[in-house]
Amino acid sequence: MNPELTERVFAKTSPYLVGREKVREFARAVFATDPVSFNVEAARSAGHADLVAPPTFAVVVQQLTLDQLFADGDAGFVVEDVVHGEQRFISTRPIVAGDELTARLRVTSIKSLGGNAMLTAETEIQDAAGEPVVTAVATLVVRADA
Amino acid sequence: MSGEAADEAGFGEGATVHRYEVGQVVAEGRYPLTRDSLVRYAGASGDFNAIHYRDDVAASVGLPGVLAHGMLTMGLAVQPVLQWLGDPSRLTEYGVRFTRPVVVDPETGAEITVVAKIGQLDEAAGTARIDLTVSAAEQTVLGKAQLRVRLP
Repeated sequence: MNPELTERVFAKTSPYLVGREKVREFARAVFATDPVSFNVEAARSAGHADLVAPPTFAVVVQQLTLDQLFADGDAGFVVEDVVHGEQRFISTRPIVAGDELTARLRVTSIKSLGGNAMLTAETEIQDAAGEPVVTAVATLVVRADA
Repeated sequence: MSGEAADEAGFGEGATVHRYEVGQVVAEGRYPLTRDSLVRYAGASGDFNAIHYRDDVAASVGLPGVLAHGMLTMGLAVQPVLQWLGDPSRLTEYGVRFTRPVVVDPETGAEITVVAKIGQLDEAAGTARIDLTVSAAEQTVLGKAQLRVRLP
């Protein structure tokens, strides 16, 4: 792994438009039952602009930024060397259908751990107005021989 | 009349209301997973890593079987707490460590159980830390699974 990755900031991703059917599909896949993820009227009467995505839906946008990291020829490892060690979401507001989200990844730390390396990457996800929505933090365990 | 109202609410004049306490179980859930669940999550999330649906690929990298996506386990483990909160805006932070893989048998699947307890409480601020115990086959599969919430 290239130690100079620390503090590297990647390019902002192109906008991801959150669709209603995608919210419903993701909500079903994670066993969500809250009507605010399925029924537009229920979401609006609860004060949301549209269908509310489950909290871990942010991973779909985070993944676009992790793909940038894995595709970086300079990173010194490939996706096959990586295991997802930890995940965290810090939420300003829930993601809703109609959001146009962009994301930017920053490598915040690289530590060695029992011969492997632990890379922590923060993805800041914003809406079309540039307001923060959620920060997704992934800690990846990268095999030592990478 | 005001006395009656206080009685109805279940507390007297000047009493401090403690609706929650540390260690209290606030939500529980039980989720049977099948291979179908994994294919559905793969499609919904875009994570098509073949270790989540192909036995031969899982075996070739030394795994005991096809595994559930860690993010599927994380995604379903928060559902009982969301039901309790009643409003997804109340969840401000959610983090987990992926400590043990969940093997999903092609015939019998797997079952994930979730118990959510209050880990830390700040009633003045109206916030709490919720600690999740997430298990499959009686072994915990997520470590340090914690949420920050605004109390309902």
